Amino acid sequence: MSLVLIDILIATVPLMLIFASLFAFTTWLERKALARIQNRIGPNKVGIPCTRISLFGLGQPAADGIKMLFKEDIVPRGADRLFHLLAPILALIPAMLVLCFLPLEFPWTKSLLPVQAFLLDGAVIFFFAITGLNTLAVFMAGWASRNKYSLLGGMRAVAQMVSYEIPLVLSAVIVVMMVGSLNAADIVKEQTGWNWYVFSPWGLAAFVIFFIASLAETNRSPFDLPEAESEIIAGYFTEYSGFKFALFFLGEYIAMFAISGLAVTLFLGGGDGPGLAAAPWLSVVWFLAKIFALIAVMIWLRGTLPRLRVDQLMGFAWKFMLPLSILNILVAGFAWHAQQQNSKTITVITWVISLAILYGTASGLNQLNRGSVRPRKYKYAE
Amino acid sequence: MSILGGGIFKGMKVTLWNFVLSYFRRDRLTTNDYSWRPDGDLPQGIGDYPKEEGEQLSDTTTVTNYSRNFPMLLHDGGEPMDTVRCVACQICERECPPQCIYIEKDYDENGKYIKRPAVFDIDVSVCMSCQICVEVCPFDAIVMNSQFELSTPDRFGGLLVRRDDLLKSNDYYHQIHPEEAAARDQKMAVEKAAKEAKKKAAAEKAKAAAEKKAAEAAMGDAE
Repeated sequence: MSLVLIDILIATVPLMLIFASLFAFTTWLERKALARIQNRIGPNKVGIPCTRISLFGLGQPAADGIKMLFKEDIVPRGADRLFHLLAPILALIPAMLVLCFLPLEFPWTKSLLPVQAFLLDGAVIFFFAITGLNTLAVFMAGWASRNKYSLLGGMRAVAQMVSYEIPLVLSAVIVVMMVGSLNAADIVKEQTGWNWYVFSPWGLAAFVIFFIASLAETNRSPFDLPEAESEIIAGYFTEYSGFKFALFFLGEYIAMFAISGLAVTLFLGGGDGPGLAAAPWLSVVWFLAKIFALIAVMIWLRGTLPRLRVDQLMGFAWKFMLPLSILNILVAGFAWHAQQQNSKTITVITWVISLAILYGTASGLNQLNRGSVRPRKYKYAE
Repeated sequence: MSILGGGIFKGMKVTLWNFVLSYFRRDRLTTNDYSWRPDGDLPQGIGDYPKEEGEQLSDTTTVTNYSRNFPMLLHDGGEPMDTVRCVACQICERECPPQCIYIEKDYDENGKYIKRPAVFDIDVSVCMSCQICVEVCPFDAIVMNSQFELSTPDRFGGLLVRRDDLLKSNDYYHQIHPEEAAARDQKMAVEKAAKEAKKKAAAEKAKAAAEKKAAEAAMGDAE
């Protein structure tokens, strides 16, 4: 009994520590990258305390954390105190929980629990089921704050997350269909040796849909409507301060890691990469490197794209991503049967045809959804 | 036909270049490092803002010619209210998307409308710097200023910029946005010339008509 407990601790504690410290680093990275994109310098003052060594501002996350800890925790007078307290915790726990399903092969867990922290046959399903709880936390925060902006943010979050969950799951279905298993370890095993699913037309389309939907699921720009600073102040966490705010922040970033980890598992071959035969421990490095590559693209997109309008956001999910992901499942089904023929010509023909179908449908949907853009009309000026 | 999603990649290319070049080129890193380090330690060209503690610096020379932050009212030199271009037509007030402009017309003691604003307030906290007021103004009276230090300790009255604070001379405009000001002056000159030509033509036409009428009358008398 106690051995099992120790096993679990050995498997999970490093996960928590690694991702919590990666969170701190990512906040620094994001601020620095966004600053450079906007021709600014970014945090560059805080380094080692009591010295003038600034280390490119790497001490900034620690300073922010300390500041957050010592800030006054303000709860609005009309707020529902219990749910106001529960919401940030509920935002963090599902994000932390799903990290355990990522197929990270830590060397020290090899002897105890072979691949990931929790081996589960339905890992992918479980992942979506648990990340769905995040919506509840966000709405709980908006509701409990008793603030119109917060409630607006919470309502936007519910609409957005429920809509984007569908293309997210439907694009993951393709990989599950191809592998024939919901087990994350099996999915990774299927992709060893550069057989990543992103290197096929249907896989690429599914990956792009998955990535866009994951941006919306984690409230990242350009889909950051629930926390739109310039529209509804900070949305659902307007009324949060101090460490509760930090918990929301942490939960958001951990969710980013988790969903990027799932994208890496499903489409980018998990820990697959060169040099694995010589050093099996490299798979963790590859896995984290791929997660960081995805996060870097997320930051890059945040520095590039403006925020969508609410109707554009919902239209994009229901009128573009949903039909495309359903069609993609059909294409992938035919492609799987074509691949069973084991003939190179048939495979090539399948690739060309499916690429044409997917691209044609995407641009067709784009044309259908295109609204007419007119120059601004002035009402009173001549 | 352009590639699907190509605009996103185009934008990403722009931001990537900004990111990379900010490490190499000064014009891609326009922020001044107001450091606590002594001046000698600073790289060449990096400013020392603020120069002294507590100093308020809204130096429009530190920003580029293309900086537009907040509207100002133009006058053509001399006593501001005598040469102000604004005639209080209230077009900008009506077009302003966040409705941050408030205008009252000016009347003389007989209650006759004189073409200038009695009140012209813009709320800094509401203005979104969209420049639509500049676009719609038929009199080239309102243009964008590049002054950026608008913070104030008073969050009610202090954030409402009054007419007299908004008034800036055309010379100042030439100083901060030379190209735009020159183009605007030229446009105004052309418009003025056209207007005068039209006026002259109308006057001549009226004169000709009067002469004709007079001649007809003379003929009628002769008959």
